[in-house]
Amino acid sequence: MVTSTTTVPSAGPVAGSRSFLSRLREGDEIARIITFLFAASVVLITILLVFELWQGSVLPRHKFGFNFFRTSVWDPIFDQFGALPFIYGTLVTAAVSLLIAVPLGIGAAIFLAELAPARLSDTLEFFIDLLAAVPSVIYGLLGVFIVVPLMRQYIQPALKNTLGFLPLFQGPAYGVGFLTAGIVLAIMVIPYIISVSREVLLSVPRDQREAALSLGATRWESTWKVVVPFARPGIFGSIFLALARALGETIAVTMVIGNTPVISASLFASGYSIAGVIANELTDATSNLHYESLVELGLVLFLLTFILNGLARLLIMATSQRGAGMGNA
Amino acid sequence: MNSRLRWRKFVSGFMLSMTGVCALISVSVLFFILGYLVYHGGTSISWNFFTKLPAPVGETGGGMANAILGSAKLLLLASLFGVPIGFFGAIYLAEFSAGTTAFVIRYAADLLNGVPSVVIGIFAYSLAVHPFKQYSTLAGGFALGLMMIPITLRSTEQFLRGVPNALREAAMALGASKWKTIVTVIVPAAYRGILTAVLLAFARVAGETAPLLFTTLGNQFWSRGWVQPTASLPVMIYTYALGPYEDWHRQAWAAGLVLLGLILVINIVARAILSRGIAVPRS
Amino acid sequence: MKRLAGMLVVVLALAGVLWADSTLSINGAGATFPYPMYSKWFDEYHKKNANLQINYQSIGSGGGIKQITEGTVDFGATDGPMNDDQLKAFQEKHGFGILHFPTVLGAVVPTYNIPGVEAALNFTPEALAGIFLGKVTKWNDPVIADANKGVKLPAEDIVVVHRADGSGTSYCWTDYLSKVSDEWKTKVGKGTSVNWPVGLGGKGNEGVTGTIKNTPNSIGYVELIYAESNKIPYGNVKNSAGTFVKGSLAAVSAAAAGAAKNMPDDFRVSITDAPGKTSYPISTFTWLLIPEKFSDAAKRDALKGFLKWALADGQNYAESLSYAKLPKEVVSKELKAINKVQ
Repeated sequence: MVTSTTTVPSAGPVAGSRSFLSRLREGDEIARIITFLFAASVVLITILLVFELWQGSVLPRHKFGFNFFRTSVWDPIFDQFGALPFIYGTLVTAAVSLLIAVPLGIGAAIFLAELAPARLSDTLEFFIDLLAAVPSVIYGLLGVFIVVPLMRQYIQPALKNTLGFLPLFQGPAYGVGFLTAGIVLAIMVIPYIISVSREVLLSVPRDQREAALSLGATRWESTWKVVVPFARPGIFGSIFLALARALGETIAVTMVIGNTPVISASLFASGYSIAGVIANELTDATSNLHYESLVELGLVLFLLTFILNGLARLLIMATSQRGAGMGNA
Repeated sequence: MNSRLRWRKFVSGFMLSMTGVCALISVSVLFFILGYLVYHGGTSISWNFFTKLPAPVGETGGGMANAILGSAKLLLLASLFGVPIGFFGAIYLAEFSAGTTAFVIRYAADLLNGVPSVVIGIFAYSLAVHPFKQYSTLAGGFALGLMMIPITLRSTEQFLRGVPNALREAAMALGASKWKTIVTVIVPAAYRGILTAVLLAFARVAGETAPLLFTTLGNQFWSRGWVQPTASLPVMIYTYALGPYEDWHRQAWAAGLVLLGLILVINIVARAILSRGIAVPRS
Repeated sequence: MKRLAGMLVVVLALAGVLWADSTLSINGAGATFPYPMYSKWFDEYHKKNANLQINYQSIGSGGGIKQITEGTVDFGATDGPMNDDQLKAFQEKHGFGILHFPTVLGAVVPTYNIPGVEAALNFTPEALAGIFLGKVTKWNDPVIADANKGVKLPAEDIVVVHRADGSGTSYCWTDYLSKVSDEWKTKVGKGTSVNWPVGLGGKGNEGVTGTIKNTPNSIGYVELIYAESNKIPYGNVKNSAGTFVKGSLAAVSAAAAGAAKNMPDDFRVSITDAPGKTSYPISTFTWLLIPEKFSDAAKRDALKGFLKWALADGQNYAESLSYAKLPKEVVSKELKAINKVQ
């Protein structure tokens, strides 16, 4: 135990001039080392993960190079592996989900941030957060038993009858497919858009709104033309976050997408996502090339989500700095 | 002028009510999910479900007792692995580090947080299954623990930072060393937030399926010890939902209700703890 | 807090001790084709041997081959026998070989869900190949309709369902199609995972059956018991002698009869498109993959004991689950081969 000093030490970090051993005896240095080891292990794990993904995909990188991203054939018999159908499926389902979730999500966020009284806003936000906590497999369960039959029996035929001239809505109505997966994903990512956008909108300084209103803008105009553009980087950040979530989604998507590695213009077609093919084939891949091609797909997915998450964070930070910079006079 | 104003006011009212509709739709999805699960799952929950092992394929009367215990064991392991790393790492970040080191650690944690669960599964397979030639509860716990680390770390760090500096300074004025301050003053002051962080991380991994597909294999019997394959609720739901048997579907609904119920309860409890505020510890 | 932590440690330690008791746990994984049979067998065998737990997970034959080669399971199961390359890979990795042991026979049947059609349709090889190649796209195509005069087939698009995972059932199906269709042979080939020209992917026999049940106008291929226990209609297939045969136990046994007499020592044999008037053309053996050497003597003896039981008493469970018993010649040959497991 430390020998008590008679003087009161200054309110600041203790001077580091004492020897290492005496610092050690006080326990502070031990605590620092121990906690540092734990913190460092996080960095270590992350580095190890990237390393494993890189090392584990050596074969296809050497054999296919960049052609991996240009071929759409996935043939374990003839050892031909191309990532294009899976990248396509992942991107299309993500795009569909954003098309649905972004308007709904931003609309809801505007309501929660601008209109709803604080209590209602907080209560609704509470429920939205609960929605974000629902695991993927539950969405998959509901997707298989509710959304798929609904799509097959009502929605897809209706779309076909009204918009069937578009190549987007042609082809047989399986129930499963890109559109269904996109809809299920939309439900899954809405909470992310809402909660981040709401926070970002709330952080817009009051005087922005008041300035607009004092110039005669209606409530909506003040919101849409002043507040939202001010928060735009952050809102884009929330969209990127949602996109990152949508890209990495495995179970719910593979249960409703149909699992066919094809590229098709129609949203009714059955497709495949990167995460889905990994989940279905990783334990079965008998040849090394097959297995490592799946790992390379995992690497691709990791890089995609990594970039998106990074961008998202930058954008969200940009908005809050903007708000802080303007300050509340 | 007046008609234009009226139009603008109309648009304003209309669009604002549309946003209300958006909010309504979003929130009602939650209640719809809950309601549907309660209806389908509730009617399927039976004593058998909680006590029996799975029946041979095609036969009825089986349950998910081993999956429930399996999930419990997996989550316990995940917490034992993930929480200490997150907790102590957060203490380092909040109390001891600064500058580049802190930035690197935070960046790594955020990176780990963003890794898709299926990629965590690949990683866990190559690290915890392949070298040991064994699917096991340990490997599954490792995979889930990995996912708990970043959430625990970042949230705990935030709550530790949220403890007012006055407390730190007061402790130091009384001659306490840094680690003593942390143990006796700062952590207890932030304990509500830390508990919340742990609970939320727990709830997050409770429903994860993809990492378990590559690490636990599944088991139709009780999984003995920690190094045998094990059944788990999410994987059972996944398998049974895709199968053709009505009995399997019923069990999948019941399991879904149990799983979602657990997750929602933990989330609600965690937020309730937090909303009571950061308490200053009793002297 | 400290007391809580202390209690937790004690509980954990106890749990670890208590649970790793004298029960021997053996893990196997593989084919979904015989999963109803195996889950029944391992359940019954556990009732007879309470200290032995044989945990079998149906992840597909591809998974069975891969995981036994990796060594993450104690035994595998497949309905698509390992080819020479895979055998060599196993040998190189482990230093000893792996043995195939047939357990039962089964039929892969074309099963479908056409609203309004309850009858068992007749499928010619050309029809099946055409459907799965994506060239026959409507149910009322003449290739199908001509063999089914008297059945009203709708003018609807055919939804093909196949396996998304590595499957021995797929192996048997593609093996048959490769034999009856040159186009299939050159374009797609046979294997546990192929590049399917069309169709939705289901996970396991269970997933394919589930998808067919839920999707109108669909067709897929599953093991007989999956179609029967889920009460979905399945078709008759025209065999090499020209007869439309239903996937019944007798027809499957007829298909195996020729192979039984000339069974190779490693038991790897294909009985698709077998000769004989009553043979069902899409039949297959299903095999357990057991390594030649076991480092754990207890596991080895337990597995050998189980195998002997499966070849004797176990066979009595087969027919009620719509699998055909092994021919006697095969059983006696296998009983001798069990001694090869060291």
